[in-house]
Amino acid sequence: MAWARKILRVNLTEGTCKSEPLNMEWAMQYLGQRGLATKYFVEEVDPKVDPLSPENKLIMTTGPLTGTNASTAARYSVVTKGPLTNCIACSNSGGYFGAELKNAGWDMIIFEGRADKPVYLVINDDEAELHDASELWGKSVWHADDWIKEKHQEPMFQIAAIGVPGEAGVLFSAVVNNKHRAAGRSGVGTVMGSKNLKAVAVRGTRGIKVHDQEAFDKAVAGAKAVIAGNAVTHEALPAYGTQVLMNIINELGALPTRNARDVQFEGANDISGEAMHEPRRSDGKPNLARNAGCFGCTIACGRISQIDPAHFSVKDKPQYHHASGGVEYENAWALGADTGVNDLEALTYCNYRCNEHAIDPITTGATIASAMELYKIGALTDAETGGVKMEFGSAEALVAAVDAICEGTDFGKLLGLGSKRLCEKFGHPDLSMSVKGQEFPAYDPRGIQGMGLTYATSNRGACHLRSYTVASEVLGIPEKTDPLVTDGKAGLVKIFQDLTAFVDSSGLCIFTTFAWSAEDIAPQIDAACEGDWSVENLMTVGERIWNLERKFNMDAGMTAEDDTLPKRILKEAAKTGPAKGLVNGLDKMLPEYYELRGWTPDGKPTEETLSRLGIS
Amino acid sequence: MDKALVIDVGKCTGCRQCELACSYEHTGTFNPARSRITVFDFHEKARFVPYTCTQCDQAWCQQVCPVGAISNENGVKVVDAATCVGCKVCTIACPFGTVNYEPASGKVIKCDLCGGDPACARACPTEAIVFADVAVQGFEKMRAWAEKTDTAPQASA
Ligand code: SF4
Ligand code: SF4
Repeated sequence: MAWARKILRVNLTEGTCKSEPLNMEWAMQYLGQRGLATKYFVEEVDPKVDPLSPENKLIMTTGPLTGTNASTAARYSVVTKGPLTNCIACSNSGGYFGAELKNAGWDMIIFEGRADKPVYLVINDDEAELHDASELWGKSVWHADDWIKEKHQEPMFQIAAIGVPGEAGVLFSAVVNNKHRAAGRSGVGTVMGSKNLKAVAVRGTRGIKVHDQEAFDKAVAGAKAVIAGNAVTHEALPAYGTQVLMNIINELGALPTRNARDVQFEGANDISGEAMHEPRRSDGKPNLARNAGCFGCTIACGRISQIDPAHFSVKDKPQYHHASGGVEYENAWALGADTGVNDLEALTYCNYRCNEHAIDPITTGATIASAMELYKIGALTDAETGGVKMEFGSAEALVAAVDAICEGTDFGKLLGLGSKRLCEKFGHPDLSMSVKGQEFPAYDPRGIQGMGLTYATSNRGACHLRSYTVASEVLGIPEKTDPLVTDGKAGLVKIFQDLTAFVDSSGLCIFTTFAWSAEDIAPQIDAACEGDWSVENLMTVGERIWNLERKFNMDAGMTAEDDTLPKRILKEAAKTGPAKGLVNGLDKMLPEYYELRGWTPDGKPTEETLSRLGIS
Repeated sequence: MDKALVIDVGKCTGCRQCELACSYEHTGTFNPARSRITVFDFHEKARFVPYTCTQCDQAWCQQVCPVGAISNENGVKVVDAATCVGCKVCTIACPFGTVNYEPASGKVIKCDLCGGDPACARACPTEAIVFADVAVQGFEKMRAWAEKTDTAPQASA
């Protein structure tokens, strides 16, 4: 119950789809989704595998709560080894795809091998079949979505797909479902493309039951009431989405601006959540059309925007005049503040393009920002950009660069390397704002110290979603800590990492934790699943997952030297704002963190730690 | 007081809690595919539309049913599963498409207002669906438009 207890194994080389029972022993140790798929992955795949070789595998996975009526029980994850990072990759998405997969009776799909020609997978409850995707190859996610529904006469399909960049090897390609919901980071879509797998379409009608329905009803109702009574989840997020943060983080002096040369952006308000509500001068309509929820979500932070049809980016392109996914905070930051562009309509257009062609908007924006800096210092010239004047603050340059990535021009291919490889290629590796190959998102670790440790130790390369200490350091959840100090952050990061790891394994959305504590979440999992899912056990599950991911990365060749931050963050002090004069104090946090984790001084999980957690 | 489901499309976020609640009430499982209310996602128009039976007074479905499986219980048109032969004639007759054949049971299903306490309305987090007095369904809409009327005093002759 809760688990479908069945996994689908798709061998793309052989063209076969086989059902096998879920390993329940592992489910009891790793819960589901992120944790359980990672367990399968490390058992089956050599850590040294080339991420884009047929020997790599890609897992699409739900959690035990996915598809139930618990609030936000929409989530699914894509687990693989990421080509951007050469680390374990796990990207999480909402929308309706995950719940549909679960309702079709599958906990996860494991893709292995490589198809000899482009294919897509169709799942109708128990039946799974590969189809020829040659007509879809070279087409966008949006096209694939419409085409597959039409072809199979099934408007109720929920579809996850890759775009042209994923086919062409752009290293930060995403998997986008429902046209605008992304399993965004680390290049999980690039792996899908390397397997010649264009899309997965699912229809599920079987129904989902939980273990103890009465207890589940009670726990779910209580938890929903907590969300409905919380100012962040009931007011701020529905009204402004994550974009509520733009002005707050800017004021804190923690908004990385122009490739993190600055920590405050003079145009922040122009691209903020508040600005999305303002009537535009041109047509009198606001950018934001409405908010939206994923499956089962009683928060509804999603942004649906409509671009100004007169804006230069879409002027002669009526295909973008309709409503679609608008900018979230990270996207608005990456495409906007980080490139110095304060044109909300241009950012919205770029966001549409990122969804249409399934590329990660964070890495997209941050890579363009690094290219702008390379251009500024003369390391990158018009010869390479194809004449695009890559100047900070230029909306035209931003739009041209995003188009170039989507269309696969020569300049687009260069940008498609991501900032690390791009900056190395042009002789300035320090200008890449990345850790383990992945660009950090919208919180400057000079102004929010805990985020430095978060980025440095994240198992999938720099990422805010592995331990969102912003909750504590900025919003005071669960309690306020000082963002400018390093004291106590090692412990804070560890707790957030373990908590997040189990939430990511449950089917729930991490945004619930603005309102929910582990005490609100555990009873829902405990009622849905057989076994003991107390807070204490779940935190151990989270710790187990964290260490398993870490061990995989170390076995893949990562060392403690990779637990670092870009030189700029460690050496160049913030120029303005509350953090003026500060760099990130990673060296003060990291040794304590290793110790708290039960790792050696060079960051390796000790035998004792691994055996305590039951990891062999 | 006769009550009906009053749907305010502008409030719907597309969360499907109504479909989850409906399917759970009627099948004991979470299964939107077997819900009697369906939320349509007009993505490109930024609109979610929850749609279900409006309980016609003179119901097409009831009138055409050859075996009398659909009855009128205090205004609610209810399908008696034991009597329904799955002929689907009602699905043709209903102008709105809100009575549907369910492969899993071999019968038709439609909204029965859960016997007077609709699960969808209870589950909806945004009050996009409320169960309210049928005679004042337009009340909130009227109020909103009324508020927009020009309050400047009119010149009298
Ligand atoms: S199912 Fe159709 S015909 Fe029957 S009562 Fe409902 S709306 Fe009317
Ligand atoms: S529960 Fe309410 S907000 Fe959610 S989809 Fe249904 S009508 Fe819309």
